[in-house]
Amino acid sequence: MKADEEARIGVFICHCGINIGGIVNVPEVVQYAKTLPNVVHAEDNLYTCSSEGISKIKEGIGKYDLNRVIVASCTPRTHEPLFRSACEEAGVNKYLFEMANIRDQCSWAHMHEPERATEKAKDLVRMAVAKARLLKPQEEPEIDVTPSALIIGGGIAGMTAALCLADQGFKVHIAEKEPELGGMLRHLHKLYPTTRDASEVLNRVVNAVKSNKGIDVLTSTVVKEAKGFIGNFEVTVQKENAETTNLGVGTIVVATGAANFEPVGMFGYKEYDNVITQLELERRLKDGRLERPDRVVMVQCVGSRQETGRTYCSRVCCMTALKNALLIKEVYPDAEVYLLFRDLQTYGKEYEGYYSDARRKFVQFIKYVPERPPEVISKPSGKLIVRTYDTLLDSEIEIDSDLVVLSTPLIQHEDAKELSQILKVPLGPNEFFFEAHVKLRPVDFATDGIYVCGTAHGPKDVAESINQAYAVASRAAVPMAVKKLRTEAITATVNEILCKGCGRCEEVCEYNAINVEEIKSAVGAPALVAKVIEAQCKGCGSCAVACPTGAITMKHFTDRQINAMIEAAIGG
Amino acid sequence: MLSETREILVIGGGIAGIQASLDLADRGLKVYLVEKSPSIGGRMAQLDKTFPTMDCSMCILAPKMIDCLRHPNITLLSYSEVQEVSGSPGNFKVRILKKPRYIDEEKCTGCGDCAQYCPVEVPNEFDMNLGVRKAIYIPFPQAVPLKYAIDEDHCLKHTLDLCGLCQKMCKAEAIDYDQKPETINLTVGAIIVATGFELFDARKVSEYGYGRHQNVLTSLEFERLLSASGPTGGHLIRPSDGKIPKSVAFIQCVGSRSERGELPYCSSVCCTYATKEAMLAREHNPECEVSIFYIDLRVFGKGFQEFVNRAEEEWGVKYVKGRPGRIIEDPKTKDLVIRYEDAMDGRMKETTVDLVVLCPALIPRQGNERLAEILKIELDEHAFFKAKDSLLEPIDTNLSGIFICGYCQGPKDIPESVAQASGAAARAAETIALITPEGGAKSEGR
Repeated sequence: MKADEEARIGVFICHCGINIGGIVNVPEVVQYAKTLPNVVHAEDNLYTCSSEGISKIKEGIGKYDLNRVIVASCTPRTHEPLFRSACEEAGVNKYLFEMANIRDQCSWAHMHEPERATEKAKDLVRMAVAKARLLKPQEEPEIDVTPSALIIGGGIAGMTAALCLADQGFKVHIAEKEPELGGMLRHLHKLYPTTRDASEVLNRVVNAVKSNKGIDVLTSTVVKEAKGFIGNFEVTVQKENAETTNLGVGTIVVATGAANFEPVGMFGYKEYDNVITQLELERRLKDGRLERPDRVVMVQCVGSRQETGRTYCSRVCCMTALKNALLIKEVYPDAEVYLLFRDLQTYGKEYEGYYSDARRKFVQFIKYVPERPPEVISKPSGKLIVRTYDTLLDSEIEIDSDLVVLSTPLIQHEDAKELSQILKVPLGPNEFFFEAHVKLRPVDFATDGIYVCGTAHGPKDVAESINQAYAVASRAAVPMAVKKLRTEAITATVNEILCKGCGRCEEVCEYNAINVEEIKSAVGAPALVAKVIEAQCKGCGSCAVACPTGAITMKHFTDRQINAMIEAAIGG
Repeated sequence: MLSETREILVIGGGIAGIQASLDLADRGLKVYLVEKSPSIGGRMAQLDKTFPTMDCSMCILAPKMIDCLRHPNITLLSYSEVQEVSGSPGNFKVRILKKPRYIDEEKCTGCGDCAQYCPVEVPNEFDMNLGVRKAIYIPFPQAVPLKYAIDEDHCLKHTLDLCGLCQKMCKAEAIDYDQKPETINLTVGAIIVATGFELFDARKVSEYGYGRHQNVLTSLEFERLLSASGPTGGHLIRPSDGKIPKSVAFIQCVGSRSERGELPYCSSVCCTYATKEAMLAREHNPECEVSIFYIDLRVFGKGFQEFVNRAEEEWGVKYVKGRPGRIIEDPKTKDLVIRYEDAMDGRMKETTVDLVVLCPALIPRQGNERLAEILKIELDEHAFFKAKDSLLEPIDTNLSGIFICGYCQGPKDIPESVAQASGAAARAAETIALITPEGGAKSEGR
């Protein structure tokens, strides 16, 4: 496209059946458009989006030698891609297309005022022409993607993602900070909703990972530094204070798992020997070290669902408690088990069955309220008394017990903050990694090319972690499979003369796409200026708004273009 | 042959099917997305807002629907059903029936002139039959594809050979009363099933009077009443007299968690969506008193507890632990008396409200049995599709090359459905990569 030549604008005005044409006087708008500067052609179409309408655009480009195209019709949300590709097919850069919404923002909004709607349609067309005159062709830069992934964390989520990615033909590195693979599953006994041994499941998966030639396992290894952007990350890892290694990868997966909360100082934990956590009970059951208890009392929500602090429900504790209660009953059928709960979280299609099973096997369920939580008191005999307020009886009850088991939440690892800073990905309100969109992008980060799965994202059970691991194996595969990515054309640009290097832009950028760097200025002295990583920039414009010196311009939405539209709007 | 095996069939155009299709198409694999109704979008399209972020459901869904339509690697087969499947991974032969819309999709521009003149009004399924649509219709304004369809059961041309107004009014000349069903034969490498859910028939819990008491609604009906694109244009009014309700009660576990032979399981999403609907009811009318009757408050998802806290503290939503035993309608006012046992003190109590919203069990689609037969995959005892291994292979079925995701695999919310759908896409791509060596990395240029 000869960008510097005089703008030759074609305007196509759509009737949209009677949606626009029934209210706005479309032929009048066409005549008006013809009077506007640089407009060399204007016509109306019954439906500009029909195949006939699209041919009219292409014909018009050839016949009138158009180098700018405007469609005045419906919304760019649904139709801009269609009209843009029509322009491209006729040899006009798609960024030389402009749209005026004279339906949603005009004929629909002013149905009962046809004359004024017609005037407004003219205003909208005039504004579009003012902008179109200043449009510049834009290119979408292409970047190469290295077809390999780094998975941080070698638990069940990380290993599942690794296997699926490797089977799709991608090279995978797993960096596990512990000396061996396995994560939380190494400490668990049986896995609900089956009665399978965690160790048996784990062995199978670990062996599959170890024998897969596409997977490179790095144990006792932590991430020290990460640079680059999607397709081209350079990650420095370090093995046990030894030498560091640089890995060049296309994508990064955070699968660092979660830790278990230690309820020190709560319910006599660490004060009395027979007050333990579910995780400790799990280990005793696993090792066959659980001595026969007469009466076990389990307390739910210990350190979770708090008013402040850990406000969240840890999702897996009710099921874990039910499973362990049933396992105790299996080993010691005459042992009594009490479960003190707030709301039982046996969601989904399988877990409710555990609840009814436990009731059938005479596990006793007592609801407590957080305002009057249970208390654990030690008797001189070494036995414990659990005192709790029973709402139904409206009185306190005491349960003699020789083992109290506390259900504590999964919490974020202490070193997660450091990792979040290295990768520049956020942690959410409860310190779990924070995804790009809670509903529709559950395993993506806002930064392209970095993903999250498993309990690093929030408490979940094994099956749910596996679901997310497979999700990541798809999301990370998308850029690696296509090998080349087209990135956004509408990006920020920095005028280095105006930039003072204050860093406001860097603070507001959600995509880590702009950094302040030191350069040699024109006079040779070092200076700080903002640099845009184009591959990462989404063109949201936050930096341009934040910039106090006006050094940042958004391509395709320059101040000059916007001002021209405003002038056209108010200047009539 | 190789080129044929690299194609994938996705059954169901809700958010799960959409996500699976987009992931596969974005990586260069060819997808056929089959949806039995005239538009993709599924249940999410019917929702007003989504918990816990209160995003407008259609606003975040519509761009993905349009991506499906415009994606060069996705062939959208709407108003179509899978009829026969045979073969094995890498080589499934699929027969699809494309039902006649009686509209030339190439010519229809979705302008709506036809519907404006159509004289026949029928209950609108998309609005849970609360509003009306015409016999020539799109299910909702943002429908994808934006192509009209003629409902042959109600169209006067089809039933009585009368009218024909739509054909006269259509400037695009898209109406074709003689259109025939079309059979499409495909060969695909893998299949993803994402058929979603429907609502348990709340009439079966007769003590709540749904179907008899005008002001007892289901949660999905209530959702349509809240929606600006719904039958009342987003005005929250009660059906009996069109008055703005001053009190609304939500009842959890209608037909679910049942100990008397209905559905034993928990539907997983009701406590949180009821919380959302309760907050929206307050937003529509701050004077409205809102309470939620529950058994256990299920707040296990990310941000759910905090969402419930906000509902209680900032929006004044009341949570009542107790399962109502009976709802009685005042014959004059049509107000509703709820009798319930307060589970906190064991006492029988009564409260009167203007409107009751039931949260029925969410159940698998009625068509799952037939689809399972066609695909030769297993269902569980509730007719959800059965995972090969609910612990380690939640997305796989008993047949390799056929995968399941979203609510049809078991209760889950939107992000879980989206994640599992991406997961199903990965499993399908893996299947194809293993069949066609280097396939995973060879998708460029397709």
